[in-house]
Formats: sequence, structure tokens, C-alpha cells
Amino acid sequence: MASTSLLTRKQQITDRKGEQMTTWSRRVASITSVLMAGAMLAACGAGGRPDEGEGSSADVVGVTEDTVKIGAHFPLTGVAAPGYSEIPSGHKAYYDYVNANGGVHGRKIEFIVRDDAYDPTKTSQVTDELVLSDEIFAMVGGLGTPTHSAVVDFLNGEQVPDLFVSSGSLQWGDDVESKPHTFGWQPDYETEGKIVGQWISQNMPNARVGLFLQDDDFGEDGEKGVRQYLDDQVVATERYTSGNTDVAPQIAALQGANVDIVLGFNTPSYTALTQLTAQKLNFDTKWFYSNVGSDPELVGSLLARFSEGAVKDGSSLLDGVLTTEYIPGVDTPDDPWVKLWQQVWDEHGGGAELTNYRVYGLSQAYTFVQALQAAGPNPTREGIVEAIEQAGAEFDGPALAPFRYSGDSHMGISGLRVSELKDGKADALTPVLVTDIGDAPITEDNSGAGNDRPPEDGIPDAEG
Amino acid sequence: MTTFAQRLWSSTLARHLLLAGLGLVAVALVLESTSAFRNGQFAVMAYMGIAAGGLTVLTGLNGQLSLGHGAFMAIGAYTTALLLSDRDGAPPLLVALLVATVVTLVIGAGVGVAAARLHGPYIAGATLALAIAVPGIARYFQDTLGGEQGLTVVVPDIPGWFADTAYFITANDVSTSKYVAYVGWISLIVTYVLLANLSRSRVGRTWRAVRDNDVAAEIAGINLGRARVLAFVVSTACAGLAGAVLALAVRLAAPSGFMLTLSLALLSAVVLGGLGSLTGALIGAALLTFLPQVVTGVGLDAGLSDLQAAELAPLVYGLTTILVVILAPAGIVGTARIAWRRRRS
Repeated sequence: MASTSLLTRKQQITDRKGEQMTTWSRRVASITSVLMAGAMLAACGAGGRPDEGEGSSADVVGVTEDTVKIGAHFPLTGVAAPGYSEIPSGHKAYYDYVNANGGVHGRKIEFIVRDDAYDPTKTSQVTDELVLSDEIFAMVGGLGTPTHSAVVDFLNGEQVPDLFVSSGSLQWGDDVESKPHTFGWQPDYETEGKIVGQWISQNMPNARVGLFLQDDDFGEDGEKGVRQYLDDQVVATERYTSGNTDVAPQIAALQGANVDIVLGFNTPSYTALTQLTAQKLNFDTKWFYSNVGSDPELVGSLLARFSEGAVKDGSSLLDGVLTTEYIPGVDTPDDPWVKLWQQVWDEHGGGAELTNYRVYGLSQAYTFVQALQAAGPNPTREGIVEAIEQAGAEFDGPALAPFRYSGDSHMGISGLRVSELKDGKADALTPVLVTDIGDAPITEDNSGAGNDRPPEDGIPDAEG
Repeated sequence: MTTFAQRLWSSTLARHLLLAGLGLVAVALVLESTSAFRNGQFAVMAYMGIAAGGLTVLTGLNGQLSLGHGAFMAIGAYTTALLLSDRDGAPPLLVALLVATVVTLVIGAGVGVAAARLHGPYIAGATLALAIAVPGIARYFQDTLGGEQGLTVVVPDIPGWFADTAYFITANDVSTSKYVAYVGWISLIVTYVLLANLSRSRVGRTWRAVRDNDVAAEIAGINLGRARVLAFVVSTACAGLAGAVLALAVRLAAPSGFMLTLSLALLSAVVLGGLGSLTGALIGAALLTFLPQVVTGVGLDAGLSDLQAAELAPLVYGLTTILVVILAPAGIVGTARIAWRRRRS
């Protein structure tokens, strides 16, 4: 003890400057050793980077003898998380189901979900991570228009298949040349707008129509479709920006314009907010909500939360609301697809309840498995893109209308049906109607896509 | 020999330049030895570091609390995005970075003049309003600023001389993400050298004097308003540069990337690292960048679901903040410094 303290004392007596120098040189030594270690690491880590997208299946990024690694960005936290965070759990459950039954061409599907909190800045970061660090084979189901548009150029630049974006913006499918690796999945908002516009022009020809639009592609594309049929009937157009929870000015303006029906292209939170605000302003009108914003269960729970419990039976508040459907949902438990989803979910869902968002994820995952089957036993990045372009239009699946995939179009499901909500269930008002973007006519679907039945084992076979 | 080194070390400028040189070597080694994904993360750390450095000077040295630095980053990012909207006809990158910095500086000067009239929480309030208002401007002018979806940024081609130099030294080709990381870190080093020099100069001393006792400072002949505005301007210029690097790293300037949370995250980085310390700002930026991703990874490895792992990240960040505030109230660097001094005395 004594000697140690003597030593310390001696050190203290030493000239201050000298001492500084010794600590400095010690510091330099430690820094240098860290740098040297870094340099050595550099020398080790340089080799062995895989070639991208070329050669036999052994060289394909994300594909090994017995696995295929895919990933996506979803809002798992933050304002957009309610509802949307359930979609990846649907994906996972279906891949687990497929893996438990032997996988696709003997490969198990690994699905990596990264949280972007619906913030494009974070989407960019987690997509970097998925592509560069996790080295996924393909992005499957990345969610959101502003979020995904932050990374779509990067994914196409890196030639990563960017399959089945969870958004109905036109940009995922209408420009194959500039985004050759990106595919849409759900019906685009313009198609939805057209079909709803036509229905209203036929069934409510004298109605004064108000539009309530999200201030991005979602509202813009929807409006484009609606105006093809209702341009004369639209008397008021109001927009909101996501994040601003006060919609009273917009609702008051719609009320002031004396509209008979409001067409809302908005997210579920804004369905709840518009309903509450309309009640507050004593604004009694007919509502249409785009498929995105109309899930009765989620809107009901949001209504209860936003009204701090004042609204108890939220989903019945949506009685009489018009919306659209393009895949069977949990309100039709006897549908063969929903039966399959229920079975898959019971086996691999981890105990939670099956919701429409999980059904969406399960349906999307089903399409991916189809695509992977179609890409053959040695899938490559180009191969799966080509396979979808060639076979995608023929994919049987839960969708009520066929996909539009071809060499010229990467648009997803081609149509939907208009329905009315009652007690949280959707009553179909029209048969399944199909169309395309632009001035393509609206026709009744005669492809029989709505009558597709799932295969016995619940897994699509190689022929789709 | 020793005396020469001593003299070199005792000169502030020489010391800072020497450290900057060493920093540059370290940056090159780290960037060359890490994956493209880590390069991207280092670019994020660089812009967070630049903005946090600016904020730590304002809050730590001058005592002004800004909750609006995210807004200034937005201004820098949008300026860069407008300049670099297409590959042809875009100005050189250096010009874009400088213009973004200067534009933010000018706007910062305007806000600074107003803020200098306010004290304590009122500055925080004014800048808070800015943080909330600025993303709204981008949404309102949808045609020029791209609305909710924002503006995409085209990273200019890597200049030939840079690629050649990098290849000459490292024998590796430079990818775009590595190039952006280099741009970010070189910007950071330049910024830090300037900030470090400034804070050890007469200007820095007046800032501290104003922070510690404004009456005494005024009696000593310091123009309070001028000192406060200057500190604000310097700090916002840093935020503008950080925004420019952000635009390059993210390849996008969108309003949802500049919400209030960004300003608060910057402030928490500065507080975690240690107010007034540039090293602390850098540590805070590193925590902000790497902690969520590492924690999520650990959570996933431990068998948590994706959702739980994603929720773990903010939880751990929150707990880290609480622990630092309780156990190291002067921040990581501040507390380390106090401990170091105590050991020496």
C-alpha cells in the first residue's frame, strides 16, 4: 500500500508538462493500436463479397441451398403502427406455414421486418440495412407511399426485386422502364376512384359530392379516378396533411358546401377523426371511405380511443358507410380463403386474433410464394421479375380480380367491388368491377378470379 | 524534440489541426474496413454529429436552448434537394453544401435576432414553434417542395480526382454510400475544427461570459445581443450543413423526416454526451445512430418478435437517458472529465 501511494506521490511531483506528454504519448499509443487493429480488420474483411444477381443460384444474394431471405420496412412503432404493424405478422405466419410444409423448392423463407416508424428518413436507413447488411433477395410488401418512394430508386439501382408494395400509388406499376424491379399489389387508388365515381354517378346522379383527400399520391390518384366520372358533381375538395389531427376546418367546409356524400381517401385514423368531427358539427351525410381507411374494427377502436370512451360501439357508427373490397376479409369467415387464413393463423399466429390487416399480409405472402414458385428451382433476381411479368396475370389467389402484371405494366389487382358496411360487415353492392389506369373502361370481371379456391395444402404449386 | 512537440501541442490551432488529421486517418480506416451498410450508418452519425456539435455550442457555451434545430436541418436539406434535383446542371457538391449552409445561416440570423431578445424558456418556445412550422411550409408549397412525399436528391457523380485519390490510398473503389460517408465526415471534421477554435477564442470566451452571468458580461463591455445572435448563427449554419449531408445520405428531403422528434433527439444527444463538449456531441450522435439498430438486433437475437424488438429500441434509449441523467448529470464526457480532474488532484 505504502509503496503505491509513494509512487502516486512521485508522479504528482513530476513536472506537469512532462506528465501531460506521457499521458499524451500513452494516448497516441492506444489510438495507434486501435487504428492498427482497424487496418488489420480491413485487410481481413475485404475478400469474399458475393457477386450480385449473376451466375447460378449459389451466387444469388439472399438465396442459399435451403433458404430465401426477404425483408420489408413497416411502421412497427409510431402513429401509423396501429393496424399496419399487423401486416408483417400475417406475412410471417404464412411463411412459417409454408416452411413447416417443406418450403418452396426445398427452401425455407426467412422474412426480416424492420421498423421505419413511417418516417422516410428511417425507411432509407432500414432499407440500407436490409439490402446491404442483411443481404435480402427481395423486398416484399414494403409499406407506405412517402416511405417507399424514398427507397424505390435505390432498390431499382441495386436491382433488388421490389415486390408487392403495400400502397396503392400508381408509381409502383405505371412506369416499368424507370422502375423495372418494382411491382404494385393492391388495386391502385385511381382504379378505386374510377369505380367508386362510376357507381355514384349511376346510383346518386344528383348528389353533391365532396372530396376529403390525404395530401399526397393517395388523395391525388383517387381524385383523378373520381373526377373521370364525377367532375360535374364534385362541389368541394378538402385536403388534410397526415399528422395534423384537427380536421374541423375541412369538415366545416364540406358541411358549408352542402354535400350529400363525402368521398374520403384517407387513413383509418382520419376515418375516425372525420366521424367524430362530423358528429361534433352535427353534419349528417353519406360517407364513402377508400378501402385503406375503412377497416371497421380498427376504426371502431380508434373512435373509442379518440373520443376517450364516449363512443363505445365504434364499428356501428360506420353503418351505411360505403367502401370497396378486393380480398375477402374476416367478416366472411366461411370464405375458403379466410378459412385457410384462419387455419394458418391458428397454427402460426401466436395466439392473437386474426384481423383484416393480418389477412392482407397473408394474402400478400401467398402472392410472393406464387412468384417464388414461378421463378423456378434456381431463383435469381431477374428470374423472379420475369416470372411475375410472364405468369403474374394468371396467378390464382384470394384477390377478387386478376393482377395486371405484364412486361408493360407492374400494376397490381385490377379491380374491386363497392360495398356498404353494416354491423362491421361489408355487403356487396356491385359485382367485382375491373379497369385500368387512364381512360380504360370499367367492366364486370369475367376472369373468375373471385371464384378461385385455395389448393388443398394451402400452398400454391409451381404453375401458380 | 520534446519542446517542439510541446510548443506544437500548446498552440490551439496546431493541436486542432493535428487532431483533425488524425481524425481523418481514423475515418478513412474505419470507412474502408466496414461494410456498405455501416458506411451508411456512419454518414448518419456524421450529420447528427455536425448538428449536435452546433447545438452544443449554442446550448452549452452560450446557454440558449434551441428546440428548433431540426427545422434548420430541414432548410439545409431542402436547399440541397432543390440544387441537386437532377444530375445534369447540378452545381458541384461543395457548392451545394456551401449554399445550403449559407441559406440556413441567413435564415438563422433572422431567427437569431428575434431569439436574442428572449431569455431561457422563451427562446425554447420560439424555436419550438419553428420546429413545428417548417415541415408545414414544405407541405404547403407542394409544387416546389414536393409536399408530403418530399424531394428526391440525386447524389452527384463521384468526382474523378476523389475516386482516384481514394483508390491510390486504399486500393478500393469508392461506392456512393462510402463517398457520402466521406463527404459527411470531412464536413464534420472541418466543422469541429472551426467550432473548437471558435470556442477557445475571444468569441468563445464572450459566449461563456454571457452564459454565466449576462449582467457581469455586459458590464465588462460585451454586447449581449451581438454575442447571442452570433452563437445562434454559427449553430444554425452547422444545422444547415448537417441537413445538406442528411439530404445526401437519405437521398430525400421529406417533411416527416424533420418533425419535432429530430430536434429533441439532437438535444438529447447533446445532453447525453455532455453539454458544451464536441466530443460529447459526437458520442451522443453515435448513441443516437447505433443504439436503436444494435438494440433491435440484440432483441431479435434474444428471440423477441419484430414488434417487441422494434419497441425495445426507444425503451433502451429512454432508460439510457434516465441513467445518464441520474448517474452522470454532466453528461458522459462532462462526468468523465470531472472524474479525471478529481483523480488528478
